[in-house]
Amino acid sequence: MSDTAVLDREIDRSKLQISDEIAIEITMMNKWYGDFHVLRDISLTVNRGERIVVCGPSGSGKSTLIRCINRLEEHQKGTIIVDGIELSSDLKNIDKIRSEVGMCFQHFNLFPHLSVLDNCTLAPMWVRKEPRKEAEDRAMHYLERVKIADQALKFPGQLSGGQQQRVAIARSLCMNPRIMLFDEPTSALDPEMIKEVLDVMVDLAETGMTMICVTHEMGFARQVANRVIFMDQGQIIEQNEPEEFFNNPQSDRTKLFLSQILSH
Amino acid sequence: MSNRHEPFVASGDIQPSPPPSSVVGPIAWVRENLFSGVANTVMTLIGIYVIYSLLASLVPWLLLNSVWNASSLQDCRSIDNGACLAVIRERYLQFIYGFYPTEERWRPVVAFVLMLVALWPVLFAGAPRKLLYASALYPATAYWLIWGGTIWGPLAVMAGPIVGIILYRVFDKVLSGMMDEGIAGILSMAGALLLTITWWLFAVVQVDAILGSILNIGLEPVASDKIGGFLLSMIIGVSGIAGSFPLGIALALGRQSNLIFIKALCTGFIEFIRGVPLITLLFVASVLLQYFLPPGTTFDLILRVVIMVTLFAAAYMAEVIRGGLAALPKGQYEAADALGLDYWKSMRLIVLPQALKISIPGIVNTFIGLFKDTTLVIVIGMLDPVGILGPIRADQNWNGIVWELYGFIAIFFFVFCFGMSRYSLYLERKLQTGHR
Ligand SMILES: Nc1ncnc2c1ncn2[C@@H]1O[C@H](COP(=O)(O)OP(=O)(O)OP(=O)(O)O)[C@@H](O)[C@H]1O
Ligand SMILES: [Mg+2]
Repeated sequence: MSDTAVLDREIDRSKLQISDEIAIEITMMNKWYGDFHVLRDISLTVNRGERIVVCGPSGSGKSTLIRCINRLEEHQKGTIIVDGIELSSDLKNIDKIRSEVGMCFQHFNLFPHLSVLDNCTLAPMWVRKEPRKEAEDRAMHYLERVKIADQALKFPGQLSGGQQQRVAIARSLCMNPRIMLFDEPTSALDPEMIKEVLDVMVDLAETGMTMICVTHEMGFARQVANRVIFMDQGQIIEQNEPEEFFNNPQSDRTKLFLSQILSH
Repeated sequence: MSNRHEPFVASGDIQPSPPPSSVVGPIAWVRENLFSGVANTVMTLIGIYVIYSLLASLVPWLLLNSVWNASSLQDCRSIDNGACLAVIRERYLQFIYGFYPTEERWRPVVAFVLMLVALWPVLFAGAPRKLLYASALYPATAYWLIWGGTIWGPLAVMAGPIVGIILYRVFDKVLSGMMDEGIAGILSMAGALLLTITWWLFAVVQVDAILGSILNIGLEPVASDKIGGFLLSMIIGVSGIAGSFPLGIALALGRQSNLIFIKALCTGFIEFIRGVPLITLLFVASVLLQYFLPPGTTFDLILRVVIMVTLFAAAYMAEVIRGGLAALPKGQYEAADALGLDYWKSMRLIVLPQALKISIPGIVNTFIGLFKDTTLVIVIGMLDPVGILGPIRADQNWNGIVWELYGFIAIFFFVFCFGMSRYSLYLERKLQTGHR
């Protein structure tokens, strides 16, 4: 990917406030797939309002890490506490956390049999038991914000990739999540569309949303993130502020990775 | 002299003139689709010849030289050499009703018309949704119309699911406080189902008898062995289809379940039923089943056959639907999970609508197969349309007649199967929501 800033707008840094309150606390978390040790002794604390970018080579466990945070994957050792609730096998806690944590996938995963609007109102109506009117009003509000309200009655299959990803973001926002997870939200998109999606993500950052993004968009990392985490072979190798991370990487593996990714 | 021309100004929109008939219209269509090249032309001519020869022998036989008025086959042959349709004319009521009492035959007709009404909201989205509640009452109503008896039996049957749903709610409330919600849901569903079935098996007959002795309102009872012909095919076919669909869904979901016991149960059931010929199951229904039931319970033969046919079709249905479930991208399950939908909601709102849509061709295939398989009940002595043939052909007057009778039955089955096939195409088109 590239370092050329895909964002040609000023970011209002004053809005990017980080509070002392802890949103996610991961301590000595380990995960195995059978014999394969995917995540090793991961410890990570995320404060409310932080924007964290996770990068690393393919297969390093980035997706697995963020999927553990909303329990799409189960960890075997250590603890994960989200919003003060510890993730255990208790289904009640999991459903609670999932409705607090929004997630966007690389391949959008919109529901193709439902219109854009129904995609957005489904969870509020069925999980939160909101009346249809209220859910639709909020859905339209968020679709407006991701600039796609005019497509509300179309089906996902009739939209471009960038539009679909923006709908996916709106769909997550409709649950009023306090934390958003992004797993390579732009890597299935053309450059034009990457920009429109990143734009929406910057907007989101400016509202003070806590965000963890797996992405190789280094321009986004530089301008929006307050911390960049580098992972390799299931471990967090290095984490730092973007300026430091890109200009003065500490470990050799980070240097190698950055040289590869930035030389494109 | 001024020789000014008035400028031409059109006083209204001029309609475009129609394209020449060499581009559109029937002639152009024929030229483009039937005679566009040498190969195409040859194929068209061969096709026309084949159709011509078929019609050349069929039309005289069926239409021009057929005999409608005759009292026996010899009669027919002496009048003309075409089809002897007089046999249909004489016996069609038997083909439709079997030996159903003549003066009660309005009842199956009413049941059939009500069936169309009940199917309307199920099959077409345009119908008022409220009608679905009325549709839910249809099975017991139809049962009462066809078999007759007091009104209490059907009412007691209808009370079963209502009580079942209430029990489920209560169980679910109580149990979900004590354990994991998913397991509580399954346990209470199993409990409610079991109690409902128990109610049907043991209590309904007693309730019917007691209330019937107090207040005997109802219809003249008709015994099962009087029911035959297309009526029997429809009873078995329609109940089998209506029953195997939900059961198939449940089995398919059960087979994918994380709960080992449920998974093993469903897999075992599917593999067993699929591994056994339907005829075997029908024999079990007609002979063996009585041994397994508690003594004293009388269990109607048609009902037993319906149950067997339903179970048989459900096993196939489950595998067809499992194919649809497997075809669904994993991302759909994950997106539903990530939004906080629980298992039942994600199945109902996200997974099943898509999986069933993918499976429509296979599902309808199973339905059509089931409907035609109803003719197998002849082996246990039931008089479905093919069974009705026996007595007719044994009749002195009609001895030796074949084509006309089988053709009549074939047309009946074709109309229904073709109807189902067209419906499935309509449904697929309607559910089309753009490429993904
Ligand atoms: N369900 C699974 N079973 C077994 N191994 C798995 C499974 N899912 C992922 N893995 C393995 O775990 C490792 C980490 O996978 P993960 O998807 O987290 O990598 P990633 O860092 O997100 O890579 P990418 O940049 O390619 O998305 C990989 O080596 C992968 O092969
Ligand atoms: Mg990944």
